[in-house]
Amino acid sequence: MQFQHYDPGDFYDELFVAKGEPRPEAAVLIERINGLTMNELQQRQNAAQNALFKVGVTFNVYSDNEGTERILPFDIIPRILPLREWEILEKGLKQRIQALNLFLDDIYGEQKILKDKVIPRELVESATGFLKPCIGLKPPQGIWCHITGTDLVRDRSGAWYVLEDNMRCPSGVSYVLENRRVMKTTFPLVFNKMSIRAVDDYASKLLETLLNLAPTGFPDPTVVVLTPGIYNSAYFEHSFLAQQMGVELVEGRDLTIVDGYLQMRTTKGLKRVDVVYRRIDDDFIDPVAFRPDSLLGIPGLMEVYRAGRVALANALGTGIADDKVIYAYVPQMIKYYLGEDQLLANVPTYLCWEADQQSHVLANLDKLVVKSADESGGYGMLVGPHATQAEREDFAGRIRANPRKYIAQPTLNLSRVPTLFENQIDGCHVDLRPYILYGKEIYINPGGLTRVALKKGSLVVNSSQGGGSKDTWVVAESVPGQSQNQSQNQSQNQSQNQSQS
Amino acid sequence: MLSRVAHSIYWLNRYVERAENIARFIDVNLNLLLDSPTVMTQQWEPIVSTTGDRPLFKSRYGDATADNVIQFLTFDQAYPNSILSCLTAARENARSVREVISSEMWEQVNLFYLMVKEASQQRHLTLTQLPSFFAEVKTASHLFAGVMDATMSHNEGWHFGRVGRLLERADKTARILDVKYFILLPSPSDVGTALDELQWIALLKSASGYEMYRKRQRLISPDGIANFLILDREFPRSIAYCLLQAERSMHEISSTTLGSWNNSAERSLGKVRSELDFITIEEIIQQGLHEFLDHIQTQLNCVGASIFETFFALEPVG
Repeated sequence: MQFQHYDPGDFYDELFVAKGEPRPEAAVLIERINGLTMNELQQRQNAAQNALFKVGVTFNVYSDNEGTERILPFDIIPRILPLREWEILEKGLKQRIQALNLFLDDIYGEQKILKDKVIPRELVESATGFLKPCIGLKPPQGIWCHITGTDLVRDRSGAWYVLEDNMRCPSGVSYVLENRRVMKTTFPLVFNKMSIRAVDDYASKLLETLLNLAPTGFPDPTVVVLTPGIYNSAYFEHSFLAQQMGVELVEGRDLTIVDGYLQMRTTKGLKRVDVVYRRIDDDFIDPVAFRPDSLLGIPGLMEVYRAGRVALANALGTGIADDKVIYAYVPQMIKYYLGEDQLLANVPTYLCWEADQQSHVLANLDKLVVKSADESGGYGMLVGPHATQAEREDFAGRIRANPRKYIAQPTLNLSRVPTLFENQIDGCHVDLRPYILYGKEIYINPGGLTRVALKKGSLVVNSSQGGGSKDTWVVAESVPGQSQNQSQNQSQNQSQNQSQS
Repeated sequence: MLSRVAHSIYWLNRYVERAENIARFIDVNLNLLLDSPTVMTQQWEPIVSTTGDRPLFKSRYGDATADNVIQFLTFDQAYPNSILSCLTAARENARSVREVISSEMWEQVNLFYLMVKEASQQRHLTLTQLPSFFAEVKTASHLFAGVMDATMSHNEGWHFGRVGRLLERADKTARILDVKYFILLPSPSDVGTALDELQWIALLKSASGYEMYRKRQRLISPDGIANFLILDREFPRSIAYCLLQAERSMHEISSTTLGSWNNSAERSLGKVRSELDFITIEEIIQQGLHEFLDHIQTQLNCVGASIFETFFALEPVG
């Protein structure tokens, strides 16, 4: 009975309603785990981790030269989402992506939302993610954010919030696919008994999304994945996605602009490239248009892109939507573009550039989380309740010096999921990142990546800050009696192996 | 296929093959030492000489003691041709083309690397551990080649890999054979004695050629062994065999008919291959075995350079 002593405590627990009372959709799993000894569980955990390490599902940690690859710690106890709840999330995410896409198309086009003063112009123009060279761009079908990985959290009450939109190059989807593959061998019986939504079609959907962008008029368009190279922290994922889609994985040095088209260098000469799934940040993609010191990009790409002779996913300039100050205006965007109320709430956000909000932030630094508007990955933030007085004073100074750069949010008591440790199971805080593809229609991979803070009591789930991951199961609640697998009738159909006489 | 990708598959295979052959070098010497009369001083210098990196070794280690040479060739991370360095490089290359090669190939390279890395962290391998370590290196390399043959489509990338492996093997067989040139017998009159023969047998064994040689020639003779390792058309580690197969793969890549050429890579490889087709062992011995092997190594370096220019260093026009 592994869960005998497990106590969800004063948190929203994803698998338990209360001590000893699993949520209905988790009952089968809990029963199965209770039937295993701690030893058996540990063995399965090790086998799962080994399987991931062996195929090299690794990420690199910046500034860590010795043995740069690690696997993202993986926990075999999954997070379970009932289907009805997932459907609500799905609706909310679709609405949000639609609105954000219209926003991008607008601010790099007519800028109606600025002219109507729904969002202050200076906020958009001062955002580091706002790229002037992108003004006037017309990406195919008016789609800017083809691939999004929205970060969701839920608080003590179980209510969902959107934490970040991640419209540039969200990573992590390879873990979703690999974690699932490993989980099927870890709990085959449970998979058999429950109806868990499959995630495997992601690569096909991604390829469809990318092909949807190809400039018209060329038969058999060439799609590539563009990576900064093997030292990038997400290199495994770049390579994995290229492999799963059956397309080339290229680096900047493989590409060149010839005759006004983007071309790749092959053993048989140059070959035209039509669609680039780029995993390089905007700033680095073209040293002529953006950062001249970038060695990763392709000089002159912007011009070809502007001429519509190559498509990029995501479009350039989407980083503006990741600015945490702009994030605060998403509810207004939804209202403005769609005429709807938002279905998925934002985390309440204080904008330090507004005087009264700033003084509230400064007075409550010990209760709030302060974030830099243009940083991500757990960098450049202050978790007030866990910070020292000196750290808080440091941030107060920074906020006063550059109020546009900072926002603050209440510290959320993130929901928890039981997680396996050496001798026991403890609750750990999690978030959820579903992956959304915007092609002919909007597709959301069921579930997403559950990131878990493995340091006791920690609220930071980023892989660069000691986080791990879990498989996420979207489960239909009522499980009908499972029909038997059909088995092959051996005596009739199977021919005998020939043997040596 | 992307030039960079072809380049990486080619070097992935060269490095794995190189690691295997370094293991063979050391193994031949360990074998020799065990058979040598006790009075004979240990000869580790010849191994260093055949690698072509003697000056580098001298400047960093000084004396060619067993420990120094084994450390240098096996685990020295600063020496780019040590077994550990080869595996590190092989793995980096594999990592950069993971989506092109089969996952089984990647797993095998990764395991191979981890095995060598782990061995390098045990501070000192004893004389009893060493032979089994080098045997493991050889097996791991064979496994890699087998896995590649059995799991990767025999497409352009596969042929590039094969060209890399075979050129590397040809070069290293030449060097293994050259070890005997550098090994000194206690006195010149020992040529042709039991000790001399033992050394030749050890050399054959390190090229995994002893049994196959026996089936072919029966009697152990220097000329016979040189003939076998250079000119045999069936033994998979002989220089002639390697070049013959490498040429086939190269012509598969470019679709040029065998016997003609369209680029410098095909021409230089065809040239050295055809030289081996028609030369006899007597002619080789006449011009000096060591000189001939040196000449072949230079030619192989030219082939490598022209492969690079033809397929990998493609510059954009204009």
